[in-house]
Amino acid sequence: MSNVLHVGTRKGLVTFTRDAVGWAPSAPAFIGQPVSAVLSDPRDGAIYAALRLGHFGVKLHRSDDRGATWSEIAAPAFPAVPNPDDKAPAVDMIWTLVAGGADEPGVLWAGTTPGGLFKSADRGASWSLNESLWTVPERAGWMGGGYDLPGIHSVLVDPRDSRSLTIGVSTGGVWRSADGGATWRLTGQGLRAEYMPPDMAFDLKVQDVHRLAACASAPDIVWCQHHNGMFRSTDAGETFSEIKNVQPSVFGFALGVHPHDPNTAWFVPAIKDELRIPVDCKLVVTKTTDAGRTFTAHADGLPGVSYDLIYRHCLDVNADGTRLAIGSTTGNLWVSDDAGRHWSQIHGHLSPIAALTFG
Amino acid sequence: MAQVVFTPNLQRHVSCPPAVADAQSVRAALDLVFAANPQLRSYVVDEQGRLRKHVNVYVNDRMVNDRVSLSDAVAPNDEIFVFQALSGG
Repeated sequence: MSNVLHVGTRKGLVTFTRDAVGWAPSAPAFIGQPVSAVLSDPRDGAIYAALRLGHFGVKLHRSDDRGATWSEIAAPAFPAVPNPDDKAPAVDMIWTLVAGGADEPGVLWAGTTPGGLFKSADRGASWSLNESLWTVPERAGWMGGGYDLPGIHSVLVDPRDSRSLTIGVSTGGVWRSADGGATWRLTGQGLRAEYMPPDMAFDLKVQDVHRLAACASAPDIVWCQHHNGMFRSTDAGETFSEIKNVQPSVFGFALGVHPHDPNTAWFVPAIKDELRIPVDCKLVVTKTTDAGRTFTAHADGLPGVSYDLIYRHCLDVNADGTRLAIGSTTGNLWVSDDAGRHWSQIHGHLSPIAALTFG
Repeated sequence: MAQVVFTPNLQRHVSCPPAVADAQSVRAALDLVFAANPQLRSYVVDEQGRLRKHVNVYVNDRMVNDRVSLSDAVAPNDEIFVFQALSGG
């Protein structure tokens, strides 16, 4: 089991370490600063923390000593345009940081608002915009989903072929590349958007994908938490089947997939945009072990009445699928050591949690 | 030479001692400071060179008008203050 958990909050990065007594928090790094994304790179042990400073912009830091010290590195940035006006693009937030494949050390991907995908080949020393995705005509129709600006929140790198990429855009659908990002295709047939005019419900480019996650041992199995439903793909994100009638709700943000069992996944249901709170103010984690045919809602250890929302980067599953962590908008943090059946609160007074990861 | 002074709150993130610049516009003055201290640039302006939304710049007691091109004029004995806006907290 992983005994280290990095938690990115509105007021800094807190690393929890499990010892014989329990989970102990570190002194926060970047105290007072909003952390928007965290990556623990399994290839070289580096930790990356993206900041969204309220006044001074997006920043990126790396630690090569497990969080003891940090160095500021380059942050993704759009190419400067001549004579810019108000509409020239600028990175608003690093929404996700993802390690490239095992065969491409040093490669990182960053998904951002307003929708730029950036790649680094040198552990964040420099970044380049993926121009081919940025210039797809459909991007003109991307919309904000929760945030004012559209953004890329999920980047899946196929462990069998690092050139095979699948990304999720809120709001802008699922996009796939077979050539390392040189060219992109809009995929996701079967995703359904009930918030659009009826004739557009299955339009690929309007799908509000909240989160994509693949099974590490069976990467063709991709699960999707969508704005108005839960979906599963058996062809790596080309097509999806909708999972319906899940109690207490099919809406949510966070999603976890068992690393070795493609039929097992976890969701955290809520009431959608009109409220954004747990159903009946009762936080539960729903789990399926049969590819979404049935779900069990688990509440043991979770609060009786609460307003905790679990954002899309705030559920993580460890490498063997037994230990999970969730962190909430209310600054609560829970861990399960039995694959999601029982939960223990390990902190109740953090600031709003934006991202967490074992590592 | 114009004086360029940064909010102490920026010092938490990046070195930004007071500087002097022989320049006739805010843009030119800041570019001279950034040339000597490249890491400071992205804290004050975005990748398009525009003043960050929640950063304010004053020339003496006048807030700059042109937040995109920073074309506001600077005289030799002016003081340029780079502050954080209260709106970004």
